[in-house]
Amino acid sequence: MEKIILSVKGLCAGYRNRRILDGIDLDIQRGKVYSIIGPNGCGKTTLIRAMSRNLRPERGEVFLDGSDIFRTNTKLVARKMAVLGQSDSGMSDITVRTLVEYGRYAHKKWWAGSDKEDTRVVDWAIERTGMSQLQNRKINALSGGERQRARIAMAIAQKPEIMLLDEPTTYLDIAHQLEIMELVSTLNREEGITVVMVLHDMNHAVRYSDELVLLDDKKIYTTGRPNELLENRELEKVFGVDAEILTDSEDNSPIFYAKRVRR
Amino acid sequence: MEKTAFKDTATFKIIVLAILSAAVIGGFILGNIIGTMDISVPDIIDTIAGNHTGTNNKVIWNIRLPRMILAGLVGINLALSGSILQGVMKNPLADPSIIGISSGAGLFGIVILVVFPQWQNFVPIAAFGGAMLAAGIIYILAWKGGIDPTRIVLSGVAVSALFGAGISAILVFFSDRVHGALTFMNGSLSSRSWGEVQTILPYTVIGLILALMFADKLNILVLGDDTARGLGLNVELTRLGFTALAALLAASAVSVVGLLGFVGLIVPHSIRLILGNNYRIMFPATALLGAALVMLSDTFARTVLSPTEIPVGIVMAVLGVPFFLYLLRK
Repeated sequence: MEKIILSVKGLCAGYRNRRILDGIDLDIQRGKVYSIIGPNGCGKTTLIRAMSRNLRPERGEVFLDGSDIFRTNTKLVARKMAVLGQSDSGMSDITVRTLVEYGRYAHKKWWAGSDKEDTRVVDWAIERTGMSQLQNRKINALSGGERQRARIAMAIAQKPEIMLLDEPTTYLDIAHQLEIMELVSTLNREEGITVVMVLHDMNHAVRYSDELVLLDDKKIYTTGRPNELLENRELEKVFGVDAEILTDSEDNSPIFYAKRVRR
Repeated sequence: MEKTAFKDTATFKIIVLAILSAAVIGGFILGNIIGTMDISVPDIIDTIAGNHTGTNNKVIWNIRLPRMILAGLVGINLALSGSILQGVMKNPLADPSIIGISSGAGLFGIVILVVFPQWQNFVPIAAFGGAMLAAGIIYILAWKGGIDPTRIVLSGVAVSALFGAGISAILVFFSDRVHGALTFMNGSLSSRSWGEVQTILPYTVIGLILALMFADKLNILVLGDDTARGLGLNVELTRLGFTALAALLAASAVSVVGLLGFVGLIVPHSIRLILGNNYRIMFPATALLGAALVMLSDTFARTVLSPTEIPVGIVMAVLGVPFFLYLLRK
């Protein structure tokens, strides 16, 4: 099996006449967790939308296991790659279980209903995300954290090799943020799903990622392991803040504490 | 595990479908027995069995039976069209008559009827062309990196006004030939018979089959474009296909009864309130309620001021406008 699962080459993308990404090259290695971070408006969401074939790039390609995702049958792509965008419009009064069943769409023939395998995977996805108790509840009756877990259950019901998440913890309180981060991390470790996510919280990114992708002004500023980036003070440069790197007294992991805006 | 609320059980859904089926049968029988001549149920059965000799049999066979069947088919088409459009356009107010799809079909249909009457057989095809053109214009006007529900309705209203003006212009320029075009404007089932049934029936059958077959694709589309694509749905093709299907259903209805509004608004929403948003159940339920509603409304329109008939479109508007305002305020 190839070591590189997803590969972005010479990507330029934007909306209308506004270029938001200019020449992005990025290789995602199988089995790792990547976090894309960077200041507001640097193109994080644009990058993840292009990587998930939701935005057609002006130039450049995205390869999933060597095949161009914009030229591959979208169902075949969906069997390997699951995507959770920021918005979750429309899915109001369906139950959690129904939503998770939609995750099997790419594996079904259009005339066929759910077979045993589908039911088994749906059960597994619901169980894995801790939604068993809530599987018959309507999506619009869930709290923010539960809703996000339901969406993750839908994504893993695709049985993906790689999962792309755009700000999975936005709008959640701190306990639910951690719960989602733990869930994503567990899925990576135990199910071997490669994860690429956009995160706002620096410390989540540092703690839960194998690699950080630091974006700044349409380009990749740098990539590397969290510790390297912290040691080299890269985060401070890009975000324009003065910060202190503290150490967690329990496990010695670094804590990024931004103190003031750089003038 | 939490207990499922009764409203979400399969039993409840089956009961609702049974009630709707009963309403269709009831509406059908009622429409055949009442009128200037009251006719008994045995007469109807006798007629359907093949006896067309007596006066009552003739009234049923030539007038009431085809009219009720047509009312049912038109109801199915408009209700399905509305529920599809609400999904693909992400707007609860998307009804073929409100957003101009029906006016597009109507304009093209009227041009054929009034200007090229020798090509009358092409009315449904022309109407479909008009409906697709209207849908295309709505998308072009409303598209800005994605579909915004508000822009859809605003551009729909504009398209509706534009094609409506076109219809008025035709009626003015060809005022000597507009015999019958006035009832076309309001939507009427008056003096429709088997010919119209034959025209619309294939579209209803095909439309119903396609809608039921691909219901899950629409379920996934309403999750949002990015999510749907992530799940492996071909979003563009699905949206185009369903828009064409909605246009076809609306256009075939317009070709036989003219501009009949609000069916595609009232019916899907009532069903949504009762059964929820799953299109697999919504499609059969909206088809049944649409058929029942148009049959009952037409019977009412035909008998309330007897012997004068009012166009069923007026009854639908009386029912539909308050409903529209209710949705706007919700």
